Amino acid sequence: MSAIRIVKRQEPLGWSSFFVLVAAIVLSLLLSAVILVIGGTPPVEGITVLFKGAFGSRFAFEDALLKATPIFLCSLGVALAFKLKVWNIGAEGQYALGAVGATWMALSFPNAPAWLLLPAMIAMAVAAGGVWGFIPALLRQKLKTNEIIVTLMMNYIAILFLDYLVYGIWKDPASFGFPMTAEFSEAAIVGRIGATNFSWGLVHCLFLGVLFWVFISFSRIGFEIKASGDNVRAARYAGIPYDRLVMLVMALSGALAGWAGFLEASSTVNRLQPSIMAGYGYTAIVVAWLARLNPLFIGIASFMLAGLRVGVEGLQLDLQVPAAFGGIIEGLILLTVLAGGLFSNYRMVWVRKKT
Amino acid sequence: MSIDILIPLLAAAVQSGTPILYATLGEIFTERSGILNLGVEGIMIIGALTGFLVAKITGNPYLAFIAAGFAGTCAASIHGIVCLVFQGNQVVSGLALTILGVGLANYLGTSYVGVSTPGFQPLPIPLLAQIPVLGPIFFSQDLLVYFTYIIPFLMWLFLYNTRFGLSLRAAGEYPAAATAAGLNVVGYRWLGVLGGGFFMGLGGAYLSLAYTHLWTNNLTAGRGWIAVALVIFAFWRPTRAVFGAYLFGGIMALQLRLQASGTQIPSSLLLMLPYALTVAVLVLASWRRGKTDEPGALGTNIVPAE
Repeated sequence: MSAIRIVKRQEPLGWSSFFVLVAAIVLSLLLSAVILVIGGTPPVEGITVLFKGAFGSRFAFEDALLKATPIFLCSLGVALAFKLKVWNIGAEGQYALGAVGATWMALSFPNAPAWLLLPAMIAMAVAAGGVWGFIPALLRQKLKTNEIIVTLMMNYIAILFLDYLVYGIWKDPASFGFPMTAEFSEAAIVGRIGATNFSWGLVHCLFLGVLFWVFISFSRIGFEIKASGDNVRAARYAGIPYDRLVMLVMALSGALAGWAGFLEASSTVNRLQPSIMAGYGYTAIVVAWLARLNPLFIGIASFMLAGLRVGVEGLQLDLQVPAAFGGIIEGLILLTVLAGGLFSNYRMVWVRKKT
Repeated sequence: MSIDILIPLLAAAVQSGTPILYATLGEIFTERSGILNLGVEGIMIIGALTGFLVAKITGNPYLAFIAAGFAGTCAASIHGIVCLVFQGNQVVSGLALTILGVGLANYLGTSYVGVSTPGFQPLPIPLLAQIPVLGPIFFSQDLLVYFTYIIPFLMWLFLYNTRFGLSLRAAGEYPAAATAAGLNVVGYRWLGVLGGGFFMGLGGAYLSLAYTHLWTNNLTAGRGWIAVALVIFAFWRPTRAVFGAYLFGGIMALQLRLQASGTQIPSSLLLMLPYALTVAVLVLASWRRGKTDEPGALGTNIVPAE
């Protein structure tokens, strides 16, 4: 008699874990194809349209980069909190408030010059997102409330607050009743790089991504985050001010999502409207986990999942597949990759049982 | 507020609280075995769609209700596979299950948006419904509400007064000791995940079969997450969950009535109420933290022995 037993690896799997990742993603795409069949869509055609729409044209590439921008910044924020083993599920709401904060500045000072207005918009977006991240951290450290649920509930509240503004006091009288603010002034818009179709927002991402890496790798706080994430009790014993660290990290985490909200309002839609709430904050969680919280991998994964979103839009147009299909793919990818982690952390051994 | 307004409001509170109560009981059952399942929202909406479709096709709401429970069990088994077989992180797995479940329900339900279904209608209990005040509030409801008058008590009986219940709680409290005592901890955790999923599915079915009677996108609207919060509010005790669920049912019913009354308050602000209340309730539960029954090993996987 023999049986399979799993044994924890002494060292995590190196490059082979890349193949596990690929296998998991292929499996999730196969399962998605099965779901296409259930919905009455020819699966091979569906997956082809998905990939062509996602990465098959210059337009798709540009659109994917555009969507990757908010996902990337939200994901950096989420990853920062996850490194500390604090579950910030609130990127969606922090992003919403960032957009609200930036819009507030843009609408209040329509005649301000760009060199003054853009920094003010960023500052307000970062502050609003940061506060929305700080509150759950404060409650967590002072009252031991569960940050997962508080951040999630604060998402709903933030999105409804955004709705309240654009359906109410901020609604553009000239919008024919559509819930949106007036278009921002020229000075409040982050434009495109030269004659290309690429937004300066990409440069913001690059800058913040490098800053994130430097901060985590070389700063004292970055070290404290890693130490506390591995073992809270040991970190406390070593004198790391854990409570303050959690609050700081959650505020920074929210600030990054807030910055994403600023870019979406300023660069992509040039106003505030409910359609900016496209679930980027939740996709960001999927991205952070796929990328194992590494900023470079977060960049790659953001682009891949943004591409999938573009592909799903293509599926919607060409084959009338409902938009919710995107959530199915994201959920399946995350589940299969999570399950695949077993092969990176454990190894299978054949055990011969005595008969 | 006069009594003619208050009684219908409280009756509506019981009704709106019922789906949350089913889901909360399911999550309590799962968490007691040591598994944190954040997929409640996704499991509920799968149950809601299954209930809707089965009722639509067969015309039998009873069959639809049971089918929704089993759909919930199937959906929860995904969480079980990822966490109990593949040792995946329970928080992330639950989130992924919610993303998947909501996506799947909205995807498969697209062509039914706005379509109505046969379901459960109010069934006043003879005599009991005649009692002043209590009669119209508690005994003029539908059958599925009456079930929830017994289920929390039965669950309490199971968890605290049976051998199975004790073993299930041991798996959640101190798995190493439970294993040493010869219990199949993984087996009991499976029981917690699958049994809990059944109740979450029922909670979803209540929404489509007895509450709205029709299908809409995002039918659950965060009720699954409220249920996760209520588990903490209930100190992991099934009987305490009843109060929390009716509190939320009350705020939801009040909010709907205010909207219908043509108030000046914008609807987006009214819609915030249940979510703001969830945060408030969590703060309150943590602040006055008494003796909770929080399982000691909640959310931690069982690492295979060397």
